[in-house]
Amino acid sequence: MTLEEKKQQVIEDFSMYEEWLDKYEYLIELGKALEPFSDADKTEDRLIKGCQSRVWLASELKDGKLYFRADSDAIITKGIISLLIDVYSGHTPAEISADDFGFIAEIGLKDNLSPTRANGLVSMIETIRKIAGEAGNDAPKNGE
Amino acid sequence: MQRQNIRELFPALDQKVYGKPLVYLDNAATAQRPNSVVELQARLARSSNANIHRAVHKLASDATEAYENTREYVRGFLNAKSRSEIVFTSGATASLNLVAFSFGEAFIGKGDEVIVSVAEHHSNIVPWQMLCDRKGASLKVLDIDENGRLSHDALEKLISERTKIVAISHISNVLGLVNPVRDLCAVCHKFGVPVLIDGAQGIVHVKVDVQEIGCDFYAFSGHKIYAATGTGVLYGRKELLDAMPPFMGGGEMIKSVSFSGTTYAESPTKFEAGTQNINAVPTLIPAIEFAKAHETDPAITEFVYRKLTEDERITLYGTGLEHKIPLFSFAVKGAHHEDLALILDKMGIAVRSGQMCAEPLMDRLGVTGLLRASFAPYNTLEEAEYFIECLNKAIDMLV
Repeated sequence: MTLEEKKQQVIEDFSMYEEWLDKYEYLIELGKALEPFSDADKTEDRLIKGCQSRVWLASELKDGKLYFRADSDAIITKGIISLLIDVYSGHTPAEISADDFGFIAEIGLKDNLSPTRANGLVSMIETIRKIAGEAGNDAPKNGE
Repeated sequence: MQRQNIRELFPALDQKVYGKPLVYLDNAATAQRPNSVVELQARLARSSNANIHRAVHKLASDATEAYENTREYVRGFLNAKSRSEIVFTSGATASLNLVAFSFGEAFIGKGDEVIVSVAEHHSNIVPWQMLCDRKGASLKVLDIDENGRLSHDALEKLISERTKIVAISHISNVLGLVNPVRDLCAVCHKFGVPVLIDGAQGIVHVKVDVQEIGCDFYAFSGHKIYAATGTGVLYGRKELLDAMPPFMGGGEMIKSVSFSGTTYAESPTKFEAGTQNINAVPTLIPAIEFAKAHETDPAITEFVYRKLTEDERITLYGTGLEHKIPLFSFAVKGAHHEDLALILDKMGIAVRSGQMCAEPLMDRLGVTGLLRASFAPYNTLEEAEYFIECLNKAIDMLV
């Protein structure tokens, strides 16, 4: 799937839930399904600041595409970041850098989560962008 | 007064969040304000908005009278000996910073010691750390007992001949237990050490008589006791305030100013530089009147305490009903405090989650954060029951 198709899929999945608690149930499911980090994986440099809960994000560049893994001690946060890494894993740094991450607002997460949480979400997005930006700079420029 | 009638005095309570009736249980962070407070502040802004003390015109005289009457009222409320012992500030944090700076300038030097407890709010830790850094003094930490209270035995062991001041809370904003402040002050005074009490929570739940407690300083915020935000009080014993230099320089706090040297006004004016929160300070009167006339339903404290302590999934921090105020901080096994707070929010319930400005205490308790529900006189037993019911639902969703 293209990045655009994946984002549309998430928006569609979320539109099934009208009630907030149902959205949370869905995020909790996603969070529980995401494989946890080992303690050794939870390093300081992978920790994302700005969240009331702690989030660890790891990335790997393979064949010019970025792949993300993440964990959190809070399950709803983990569900949200699970969405993010599903959408953005497997895409090039350039694709990710060019994205506006607007679909988060479209599914209501940014507006409706608490300000602390929204800040955490903003931090996650900034971190993913930063990783993509740095990977883009490091990658050999093959032209298009 | 019936609880329902009390609720009608507080306009903010009558609203829905996410389609659910608001259940406001974050009172220890900020209490809602009664109409009497909201209306007084608006009336003062409309009819007596003028700078106090200096001008001779009618509006200034009305504003000054409202402001200074409040000082006399607060003096009586705390049973301070004189009005010069009541300083208005922007809140407890400002009161604590004032003492840490001005007392520190006058009395603390290299090698001296300041004692705080491990259960203090950051506002009663950081100003002292800043002072110690400036002066080359050191900060010593008083631990809590197994229930979460401060003991005079432990304090006595910590006091040395270098101890210059002890700064402790009347009630911790996390543990919700009334500390034996009278005994703690007595121990300090045995060694000639002054005591500051952070009364941010204490003023709301305990009748405070500064002479009976025997404290040298008592600090609190208006917004936690139903007054306008941006108001606060520092009680200080006159002899100490007189010996302390000003915290901030500016208008109002001087006797005379010249480039060859400035002399300062007496306390409290010495500590009230600049234009004060003139429309808000007088709201302390109706706010305290409300607080004096109403207490949180004791059935709520008993009910919530019982429900939280009998549930094996839950660890309540700050135990012993005898000293407990209606403030409950707890952890749930297998469920993160932030997840619980988010789910409760969507059920209409406002609670606090996280470290609650008490990171050292969180470390001491071995947790990354807690969930806190704190009740006020306008909360009903039905709300407490709904909170417990929703908490159980939230735990079921998460665990």
